[in-house]
Amino acid sequence: MNRVLPILTVVAAIVVLWYGAAVAMNRAWVLDQAARAGTEPPAFGQMVVATMTQERPVLPAPHQVVAELWKGVAGQAITSKRSLVYHGWITLSATLLGFAIGTAAGIALAVGIVHNRAMDMSVLPWAIASQTIPILAIAPMFIVVMNSMGVQGLVPKAIISAYLSFFPVVVGMVKGLRAPDAMQLDLLRTYNAGGAAVLGKLRLPASMPYLFASLKVGAAAALVGAIVGELPTGAVAGLGARLLSGSYYGQTIQIWAALFAAAIVAAGLVAVIGLVERVTLRRMGMAR
Amino acid sequence: MKNASAFDWTLTGIVIAALVAGWIYDPRLGTVLSIWLGAWAVNAMIARGRGPLPRWLVPALFGVTLLVLWELVVRLFAVSPVILPAPSAIAARIAGSGPTLWADFVQTGLKGALTGWLIGCAAAVAAAIAVDRSPFLQRGLLPVGNFVAALPIVGIAPIMVMWFGFDWQSKAAVVVVMVFFPVLVNMVAGLKATDAMQRDQMATWHASYWQTLWKLRFPAALPFLFNGLKIATTLALIGAIVAEFFGSPIVGMGFRINASIGQLALDMIWAEIAVAAVAGSAFYGLVAQIEKRVTFWHPSQRRQ
Repeated sequence: MNRVLPILTVVAAIVVLWYGAAVAMNRAWVLDQAARAGTEPPAFGQMVVATMTQERPVLPAPHQVVAELWKGVAGQAITSKRSLVYHGWITLSATLLGFAIGTAAGIALAVGIVHNRAMDMSVLPWAIASQTIPILAIAPMFIVVMNSMGVQGLVPKAIISAYLSFFPVVVGMVKGLRAPDAMQLDLLRTYNAGGAAVLGKLRLPASMPYLFASLKVGAAAALVGAIVGELPTGAVAGLGARLLSGSYYGQTIQIWAALFAAAIVAAGLVAVIGLVERVTLRRMGMAR
Repeated sequence: MKNASAFDWTLTGIVIAALVAGWIYDPRLGTVLSIWLGAWAVNAMIARGRGPLPRWLVPALFGVTLLVLWELVVRLFAVSPVILPAPSAIAARIAGSGPTLWADFVQTGLKGALTGWLIGCAAAVAAAIAVDRSPFLQRGLLPVGNFVAALPIVGIAPIMVMWFGFDWQSKAAVVVVMVFFPVLVNMVAGLKATDAMQRDQMATWHASYWQTLWKLRFPAALPFLFNGLKIATTLALIGAIVAEFFGSPIVGMGFRINASIGQLALDMIWAEIAVAAVAGSAFYGLVAQIEKRVTFWHPSQRRQ
């Protein structure tokens, strides 16, 4: 309770602020309608109701977003094009595929970097520098080029996700694989352990906390990559497409619902990784 | 590395086999493979040396090799410029459309990203100091901030475009929201970084809350703050570029990328990406330099 209560307070404060902002920002439209109809502006009570029942509010009230979210998740068959489960799954599948590829490649490269001095010196500086570059800007071009080569759908988005989750994993894993100190490495040398044994018995286990930290960053990046990858193909399917079509047609409630769906997916991914992390570290005896 | 000779010989065998196979299959492939492996061998040799020279020579050589290979592949295999333009074509484009690129950079980099970064970081530091006196609020704000920092916040771009219009204000707004939470979380953590002994020392000098904050806790929080600021530099440029995909005036890096896709002018897109890369690393480098100057006392900076 000691930990939950402060969080609930902050969340409640955000919701209250949101309702207040919704009234303030949607008020202009209600006043405008009243002026056009030639009637008196409504009293405060009616005003509050009127600001929260609009079809295209400037800022939808939280319950409107939740209702739209519920309608999108449970209101129709999950194969429907209006179902958020359908769109969410399209984005999530690209994210997961890309995340898996990016993580595997990242770990492989990190192992190479740790074992090969030339690789370490030539690749690692670029991997670190690439983190300061807005790589995401490549995404739309990549999608269109792949499209012109006949590759569509899941794969191009997954490649972008893989690319985005790749570098955090490389940098984190290199740090993790180098985490064992000289004493531990010396001990394994006295056992006459080869490179593979040192890797499997010391370096990989020692790198686990670093791996999970970078996995969380990588998963969030992969999701952003998949969403942005859905923009240039013209709003066909996926959460990014819902955002774009909502922005074309001014469907603000739809945008917010898609945004919350994306947030739930991201939170789910990070939560799953956190759970795996807790279980793994506890079984390895590394839990704090 | 003494018993690595068997491994070395296998590796050499694989390399020679790959070269021969490449030459037989297609001489062009053989050329590319030879240059790549040759450059790699040179790099491996330099990397064995000690001293400061290999530190920057090896990565530089690696980068140059990549560019040369890219150019070669495009030339030899006659790759269409609407799939992958050669580096020379991109360089020509950068040289040829300097004013356009500069205008785009001013619109997206300076007006959108930098303004948003400044406002967002200032707001986050102010918010962190505001909740500083209430441990209750901190305990609530930290998990929420960590949670929000992991969300795909670029998604609010269409909303901000609706609220603040097509021009740079909406991009700056996206950037403000994107950078706020990472900086807030780091700053809140940083303000806790002093230990009881140091705070007691301030108390014995009868320092007020604000004196303690300014003389002790704010400096102690700086390494944490700069960590957040550096994360925020990367996010800022990404936010400003992606927000332009949802609507922009006819200038800006995101706009140019989107418009050039329609014209299949890929060299222009790569030119914009090159500018974004330089701007991103320069921005990050600048913040890192300021960090070095300001937190020179911190162990992580003192080692060099």
